[in-house]
Parts: sequence; structure tokens; C-alpha cells
Amino acid sequence: MLKKRIIVCLDVKDGRTTKGIKFLNNVDIGDPVEMAAEYYRQGVDELVFYDIMASARDRGPTLDLIRRVAETVHIPFCVGGGISSVDDIRNTILAGAEKVSVNSPAVRNPALITEGANIFGAQCIVLGMDAKRDAAMPSGYRVFVNGGRVPTDFDALEWAIRAEGLGAGEIVLNSIDADGTRDGYEITLTSMISSHVGIPVVASGGAGTTRHMAEVLTAGKADAALIASMVHSGDFTVGSIKKALASEGIAVRL
Amino acid sequence: MTGIIDYNAGNIRSVELALLSLGTEYRISKDPRDLKSVDRVIFPGVGEAHFAMRELKATGYDSFLRDWAASGKPLLGVCLGSQIIFEHSEERDTDCLGLLPGVVRRFPKDFAARGLKIPHMGWNDIQYRNGGSRLFDGVPEGSDFYFVHSYYMAPSDESIVTATADYGFPVPCAVRKGNIEAVQFHPEKSAEFGLRILANFTGGATC
Repeated sequence: MLKKRIIVCLDVKDGRTTKGIKFLNNVDIGDPVEMAAEYYRQGVDELVFYDIMASARDRGPTLDLIRRVAETVHIPFCVGGGISSVDDIRNTILAGAEKVSVNSPAVRNPALITEGANIFGAQCIVLGMDAKRDAAMPSGYRVFVNGGRVPTDFDALEWAIRAEGLGAGEIVLNSIDADGTRDGYEITLTSMISSHVGIPVVASGGAGTTRHMAEVLTAGKADAALIASMVHSGDFTVGSIKKALASEGIAVRL
Repeated sequence: MTGIIDYNAGNIRSVELALLSLGTEYRISKDPRDLKSVDRVIFPGVGEAHFAMRELKATGYDSFLRDWAASGKPLLGVCLGSQIIFEHSEERDTDCLGLLPGVVRRFPKDFAARGLKIPHMGWNDIQYRNGGSRLFDGVPEGSDFYFVHSYYMAPSDESIVTATADYGFPVPCAVRKGNIEAVQFHPEKSAEFGLRILANFTGGATC
């Protein structure tokens, strides 16, 4: 049977891992390659690297970092940030990444999803989406771009369904409201998106306890749970998290 | 010496890095002539069948692979490389290499109603069939491997299936016929047990 994935997210700025609350006040927490190696030893299922300032600065993906990570860990990892062309996608995959996540560039140019999927396969193209509660939107959530700073006219649910149709193979769904709070994932948002698309949905933003993770993987209908602060803080290891989830009856890779 | 086929859409870098970490000698090339003298070949792949076949023809790797298969020397297809060695893929209705009898199908449409996502993405345990394969030496049955695929191998001869992964049904995820082995999952992305499989293959005598 397919296991629920535990994914650790590393936000990278100028070659260092950072963590902020609601996308602001980022602080340096370590070397991304060393951290990747440590989480690999702990049994993480997958890693995600966001070059968080890339969209804002219109900068290409950091290929050297990707190469060093790929030399170090032999599990899949996804790279997001600054990927705005088919060449960017190719360079990222050839540097050793399994998947690329497109966020702001996909909103500006949705055809990028289709172009990438036609060459590399849908499974390589992940839609990264930052959503924030907004009662004015049909689904109740609005899509933001540029690291959660700039609102768009896109409704979160409509965009998710459209992106699937365009060829996205997975959605990493980040709740701006929950991000960094450690108060729990946005269950309503995650469940709504996951039950309306046929591709895997990774829940992101808000994890503080293993109970939060169990909730989003069951009630939230998420296929994977993305975490950052929980493990970056040293409060949990990936191993301890997986044991706790397994004891709640959730199928994880031990 | 292990050869790695580079044809523009493959995840060759990950395979290369896995072999590097094993300390295995390898040669990687976009030109089939460079791989004529290697002992065994890995045919990796991330991508889309139609595009991949076009690239294989453009590089001459399509005829290289047919000749290699006939030569009796070991071949390991990985992910897309495991699919393209069959006769035909439903992915953009693509005629493939035909090294093994059978086709490549898309996961059924009823998966959505059953709550099964496509692609089949993530870690899935495998069960051995038909006695497994020496490729899996040292890998306990039930170990998890990393999968990412929307299409699956449907061999016309069930007896070549060496492992399955349960996802809606027992999905063939490893096959072996003579000198040809193929795995749907990504050994190069499957941590310890994935590396073990690559070590078994590059150590020689897997067939």
C-alpha cells in the first residue's frame, strides 16, 4: 500500500536555510545540504527546497545547491522558486531534482505547466500554491504569488482544478494563514482541494504537533504532510514523528 | 563498467550520483558509440513516452537498445526506461522499443472514485512474484520503494513479473526476462534498499 509521505521543507535564501512566520522575519537556521543529510538519516520521505526570494527577485534556480543535495541524499526532492521556463525545469531535473514546483510563474503563464508536463511527464511538475482565506472568493480562498506577498484574482480551488487539467502532477498547498504558526494545518482548505482533484495534495503550513499531522492526513485528505519548524526547532525528529503517526494507525514508511 | 544512457529526458544525474556513492565505475553518454564496450547498461527515465522515443531515435539509442537486448548483456530499465522497453504505451499512443512483450497502460479512470490519486506517487511496499529476482538480494519482501508514475507495465506474459506493488491492484513493478530487468520505481531515489538494488545490478550477474 502507498504510504503517507512526511516531507521536510527547507526555505533557502542566499544559500542558507531560513524560517519565518507568515513569510516574514526570516532567520538563518543552517546549511541546507547538512540539514538535508540529517533528515535523510532520520528517514524523511522527501525534501522540498524553496528558493524563497527567487520569484521576488526574478532569479533562476540555484543549480549548485541542487547538485550538492543530490550528491548527499538518495530520496526524491522537489525544487521551487525562480523556475519560469522549460529550460529552468530541464536544468533543475538534470541537476538531480526529482520534481520542480512552479508557483508564481505558473500563475503568470499557465502554459508553463503543460509545456513542462509534455516533456518531462506530469509527475515532475508540481503546482505550488499559496492560499489565504478571503470571503470574496468562490471557494473562500485566494491565491497569492511572490512568496505570499502579492494577491491574484485566482480562486484557490478553481486554480487547483485548472492546473490539474493543464498537466500538474501534484499540488503543494500552503496556507498563508497557518504558515509558521504551529497551530495546525488548514484542514478545510486541504480537504476541499484534495477531494476535488485526482492528483496528490501535499499539505503545508501550520504543523506543530504529530496530532496536527495525523489530522491533515485523515480529515484533511492530504497525501503527504509538509513540515518545517517542528523538526528545524529540534523539538521532533522525523523518526519520532513517524512512530507517533504509525501508532495512530497511519501508514508511513518506517 | 556500467553504462548510463543519456537521452535528454532522463533523470541520469540521480542515477549517476547513486553509482558514485556506491563507488561503482560508470560511463555516461549521449552517444551510443561510447557505450559499446561497457559490461551492462542502465536505461533511466523521467519523462513522457512520446518525447522520450523521439529523443531515443534522434540519438540512435533506439537501435543501440535493440542490439544490446539481443546481445545478452545485462540491461536495467528504470521508471520510464522500464516502460519504453515494452511494445506500446498508452501515453500519447506511442510505439515503443518492443524488447519485451506487452504494453504500458494508464491507471484506470475509476481510481478517482476509489480515492486513488494519479500519479501513483510516493513510497509503496513491494511483494515478490515468480520467485523474485537476484536483483533484490538483501532486500526483504515488503520494503518500501519510491514510485512516481501514471502509467504501468502490463506484460503479456505474467511469468516475467518479479515484484508487484499494491495500488488499487497488484501493479507489476519489476520484470525480468533473460538479460533484461526493469523496475518501475526509482532505486536511485529509494534510500538504502534502492542503493542495494543498484549495487546488485552493477556487481554483475543479476541474470
